[in-house]
Amino acid sequence: MQVAPSYLLWALLLTCLIHTVPMEGISGASSERLVYKTRHGSGHRLENASSVLTVSSVHTQNRSGHHHNAGDHDTAHQPKNLTGVPIVSFKWDHVQEPYVVVLWIFVAGMAKLVFELNHNLTSVFPESGLLILIGFVLGGIVWGADKAQTFTLTPTNFFFYLLPQIILDTGYFMPNKLFFSNLGAILIYAILGTVWNAAAVGLSLWGCYEGGAMGDLDIGLLQFLLFGSLIAAVDPVAVIAVFEEVHVNEVLFILVFGESLLNDGVTVVLYNVFDAFVSLGGERIDAAEIIKGIISFFVVAFGGSLIGVIFAILISLLTRFTKNVQIIEAGFIFVLGYLSYLTAEMLSLSAILSITFFGVCGQKYINANMDERSVTTVRYVMKVIANGSETMIFVFLGVTAIDKTIWVWNTGFILLTLLFIFIYRFMGVFFMTYFLNKNRLVPIELIDQVIMSYGGLRGAVAYGLAVLLNENKIPEKNLLISTTLIVIYFTVILQGITMKPLVQWLKVKRAAQAELKLIEKVNSRAFEHILCAVEDVCGRIGDNWWTRGWNRFEEKYICWLLMKPKPRKSRDYLFNVFHKLNLADAMNYVTEGERRGSLAFLRNEDDTHVDFKKKFGVDIEDVMPDITVDTEYNRPDQVPVTSIIHDTVPSVSLNIYEQDLQGMRDIEDLRAHHLLQQHLYRSRKNHRHKYSRSNFSINQSEGEVQEIFQRTMRSRLESFKSAKTGVAPAKKITKLPQKERQQKMANGRPIDRSQSYPYGDEDFEFSASEGDNASGGGGEGGAAALYSFRTLYTAGAGIENPAFMPEMDTPPPMRSPPWLDQPESDASVAPSQRAQRRLPWTPSNMRRLAPLRVSTRSNDSFAMADVVVPEEPEDSPPRRDGTHM
Amino acid sequence: MGSRASSLLREEDIEEIKKETGFSHSQITRLYSRFHSLDKGENGALSREDFQRIPELAINPLGDRIINAFFPEGEDQVNFRGFMRTLAHFRPVEDNEKNKDPDAGEPLNSRNNKLLFAFRLYDLDRDDKISRDELLQVLRMMVGVNISDEQLGSIADRTIQEADANGDMCISFSEFIKALEKVDVEQKMSIRFLH
Repeated sequence: MQVAPSYLLWALLLTCLIHTVPMEGISGASSERLVYKTRHGSGHRLENASSVLTVSSVHTQNRSGHHHNAGDHDTAHQPKNLTGVPIVSFKWDHVQEPYVVVLWIFVAGMAKLVFELNHNLTSVFPESGLLILIGFVLGGIVWGADKAQTFTLTPTNFFFYLLPQIILDTGYFMPNKLFFSNLGAILIYAILGTVWNAAAVGLSLWGCYEGGAMGDLDIGLLQFLLFGSLIAAVDPVAVIAVFEEVHVNEVLFILVFGESLLNDGVTVVLYNVFDAFVSLGGERIDAAEIIKGIISFFVVAFGGSLIGVIFAILISLLTRFTKNVQIIEAGFIFVLGYLSYLTAEMLSLSAILSITFFGVCGQKYINANMDERSVTTVRYVMKVIANGSETMIFVFLGVTAIDKTIWVWNTGFILLTLLFIFIYRFMGVFFMTYFLNKNRLVPIELIDQVIMSYGGLRGAVAYGLAVLLNENKIPEKNLLISTTLIVIYFTVILQGITMKPLVQWLKVKRAAQAELKLIEKVNSRAFEHILCAVEDVCGRIGDNWWTRGWNRFEEKYICWLLMKPKPRKSRDYLFNVFHKLNLADAMNYVTEGERRGSLAFLRNEDDTHVDFKKKFGVDIEDVMPDITVDTEYNRPDQVPVTSIIHDTVPSVSLNIYEQDLQGMRDIEDLRAHHLLQQHLYRSRKNHRHKYSRSNFSINQSEGEVQEIFQRTMRSRLESFKSAKTGVAPAKKITKLPQKERQQKMANGRPIDRSQSYPYGDEDFEFSASEGDNASGGGGEGGAAALYSFRTLYTAGAGIENPAFMPEMDTPPPMRSPPWLDQPESDASVAPSQRAQRRLPWTPSNMRRLAPLRVSTRSNDSFAMADVVVPEEPEDSPPRRDGTHM
Repeated sequence: MGSRASSLLREEDIEEIKKETGFSHSQITRLYSRFHSLDKGENGALSREDFQRIPELAINPLGDRIINAFFPEGEDQVNFRGFMRTLAHFRPVEDNEKNKDPDAGEPLNSRNNKLLFAFRLYDLDRDDKISRDELLQVLRMMVGVNISDEQLGSIADRTIQEADANGDMCISFSEFIKALEKVDVEQKMSIRFLH
C-alpha cells in the first residue's frame, strides 16, 4: 500500500514496463522521501487521545512525502519532454502512486490464486498464514532492492482503506438471529474478557519486569498496561480467516467472531485511556480520571453503535427512494457504510462497532428495498473487496516484518507475552464460560471452550495500534511493535495451522464411527430427523418475551418506516418464497436454454456428489457406469436432484439380483450406500445458514424441503380423507353461506364481525386472491379460496374443507406450495412454475393450504411459539395491520 | 404466559412428573408453557392437529410418524404427562444417573428406550418386528422421490439382511439393538432441555 517505488521488485515482475525508468531519479526520490516525514499520514482515531502531532522517525512511519516527490519530478521532467511534440512519453511519476497500489493488489491476488491451485497446501496451512509467508518473501525482495522497507502496513492505510470493508462485510452478512441470540455471551466475552486479558497480561508482564526477567527496559506499569490493552483484543480479520476454514459449529463461530468484533469498543477505550494516562504521567491519575475512563467506555461503545444504527436507518430510508437510480443504488451501501465508519472515527467513537451495526441493522431493510440485482451486486462486491483487503492485510503483515529498523529483540519480554496471552485467554474463557453455562440454554461444551480459547488470534488491529504509539512517551515502542508482530505470527500462523488438526482431533471423539452399515446410516439420519422434530415440538429456544416484543415492534413500526410498502407486504415468508420461485424460474429458463452449456451443473453442486465422485467415482465407473454417468457431474444439463421429469438416478440394472448375490455384494453395498448418501433427506440441522467470507452458497435443498412438505401435506390429506370416509368428522367446520362470501370479497375484508376470524386481514386476503387469480381462478375462485382459508383456519387442522375435496385427485395446475427451506437462508431459490411441473401429484389446493399455514404463523420455531401462538380473544375484531404476517 | 401456564400446573403433578421423567422443576414448567401454547383447544391435552400446526414438522420427513409417537395406542389426545413421558426419551443421559438406584427400573432416557422410540417409528403394527414393508415405508419417507421403487426395495432388502440374525426377513427389536450397537445412540438421540 505504501506508494513509494521499489523498482527492482517491479523490474522482477514487470520488466518490460519499467526498464526505461532512469535510475538516478529514483535514488534521489528515495533519499528525499526518507527525510521528509511528518505524522501527517497516520492521523488515526487515537490522535485525539495522544493529542499531539509529533514528528516521528523515519522508518516505521507512514511515508507520506510521496506526493511531494512526485510533484518535484513532474517539474523536473517537464522541460525535457517539451523539446518537441511528444508522440509517446513515459510518465512513470505521473501514475506511480496508483500504479504501485494496483500492482500490489494484483500480486496479492496472484499469491492467493497460486495457493488455491494446490488444495493440499491450503488444506494444511490456513490461507492467512500462507499469505503472511508470501509477504515475507515479497518483503525480502523489496528489502533487497531498496535496502529499506519501503512498503509497510501503515495504520492509516489499514484503518481507513483496508479494515472498513471487511467489517462491513461481516456486519452485512451477519447471521442476525444467531448473533442476537448469543449477544449476551458475546458481550461478556468481549467486554469482561478483553478487560481481563489486558489487565492480566499488563500486570503480569510488569511483575516479571520488576522481577528482572527482561533485563533493563525503559518502561513502566502504565506502558505495560497500554501494551496489554492493545494486545488483548482478539482480531476479527484473523479470526474470520482462520475459523472460516475450520468448520466449527455455528454457535462457537459466532461467539469467537462476535467477540472479536465487539471487543473493538473495549480495545479503543482501554488503549485511549492508557495512552492518556501515559501522557499524563502516573502521578496525575486520580479517581476522577479513572471514572472518566469508565464513562468513556460507554460513550465510545454505545456511541459507535448508535452512529452505525443511525446510518443504517439512513440507508434504509434512502433505499426506499432509489428506484430511479437503480444502477447506483448498490453504491450507496458502501458509501454510507464508509461514512458511518468515518463519522464514528471523527467523533472518536468505535468505528468498528459503528460499521458493524450499520451492516447488522441495515441488511434486512436494504435487501428488502433494493432491486434484486442491486442486492446481488452488493453481495458480490462486498465479498470481493473484503476478501481482497483481507489478502492485502496478511501480505503486508508479512512484508512489514522484513525491516531491520523495527526489530528490537527481547527474549524474555516476547516469550512471556506469548505465554501470558495464551494462558490468560484460556483462564478467561473457562472462567466466564463457567458462569455463562449456568444460564445458557445450550451450554458451551468443554471442547468448544478449548477451541474458543485457542482461537484467540491477534492480528493487524493490534499491530496498527502498536504503530500508533507515541515514541516520545514510550521509548520502547519498537520493542512493543516487534512483540506484537511476533504474537501475530505466532497466533495466525502456528495456531492457525494447528487449529484444523485440533478441531478434527477433538471432533473425532464425537463422530468416530463410520456408518458402515446401511441400517446405521438410515437410522442415524432418522435420529437426526427425530431430534429435529422433538426440538420443534419443544420450541427449543424457549419463549422469549423480549424477542417476541421486539419482533412485534419491529414489524409494526420499524418496517413501516424503513421498508417500501411493496416488500413490506411481501415480506411475509410466503411471498418471499413465491418471489424466489419466480426468480428461480427465470434462472431455470436460462439454464435450460443453455442445455449444452458447461456451467449449468454448478447449480447442482453438492457435497455429497463431490465426495462421491472423489471417493468412488473411479472405482465405480467401470462397474456401474449407469450411476456415475448420471450424476450431475457428467451431465451438465441435468435438472436438480429432486426433479421428477428427469430421473437422475436411472432404473439401475435390476438384473443385479439375478446375478450371484455373493459376487455382487460389495458393489451392491457401494451402490446402496451411494444411493442413500445422495438421496436421504438431510436434516434441517445440517444445513443452516452460515456466515462465510469467501463464498455464500445458495442453499441447495429447497427442492428437498418442498418435496417433504408436499408429501407430508399429502399424507395428511389422505389420512384425513380416510378418516372422513371412515368414522366421524373430527370437528365442526365453520361454514359461511355463499352470499356472505361474496360480500366479503367485495370489500376485501370480512364485514361480518360476529364471525370471528382472528387471523383474517387485508394482507392475508390479498395473498389469497392473488394466488388464486394467478392460477387462473376468477373472482369467485378467489372468494372460494378466501373462504377456504378462513374455514381451514377456524377448523384448526387446515385440511378439512370439504369444498376442495373433489379437486384433490386432479392433476395440479402449475403452482406448488411455497413452503420451503429454513428461515435463515436468505438466498434460497426454489423451483417454481417450471419446476412445479415436476411435482405432478400436488393436490391443487395445496397452495391454499400452504399459504395458510405459512402465513398465519411465523416460520421458525423461535418465533413460532412466541409471536403467533398467543390467541386473540375470540371476540376481538380482525386484525388488519398485518403484524403477524 | 409462563406464569399463567405454570400456575395451572399443580405442584404435586410436577413432583410426579419429575419422578417419572427426571426433568427438573423448571424444565417441567417451561415445557408446560410450551405445551400450553400448543394446546389450541385449551383442554389440557394435545390433539394431532395441535402438533401438525408446528410448521417445521411439515417439512420433517418423519414428522407425522413422530407426532404419532406422542400418542398412546388408539388415542387421539395426549395430556401433559404423556407429552413429558415422550420427551423424556430425549433427555441426555447424565453421568450421575448412570449408577443411580438400579431398582427404580429403566429410566425413559436409557439407550434401550431411545432405540425403542426409533424402533416404534418403523413398527406400525406393533408386532415388535420391522417387516420389509414397514421399512420400505420409512425409507420412502426419507429419500428423495427419484429413487425408484426397485432400488428402494433392494436397499430395504440389504438393510434387513444386515440386521436379520434369525433369517425371518424381519428386524426384531433385539436385532435392531444389535445392529446399532456401534452407534452412539445416547448422543444422537438426546437434546438439551433448558434447566
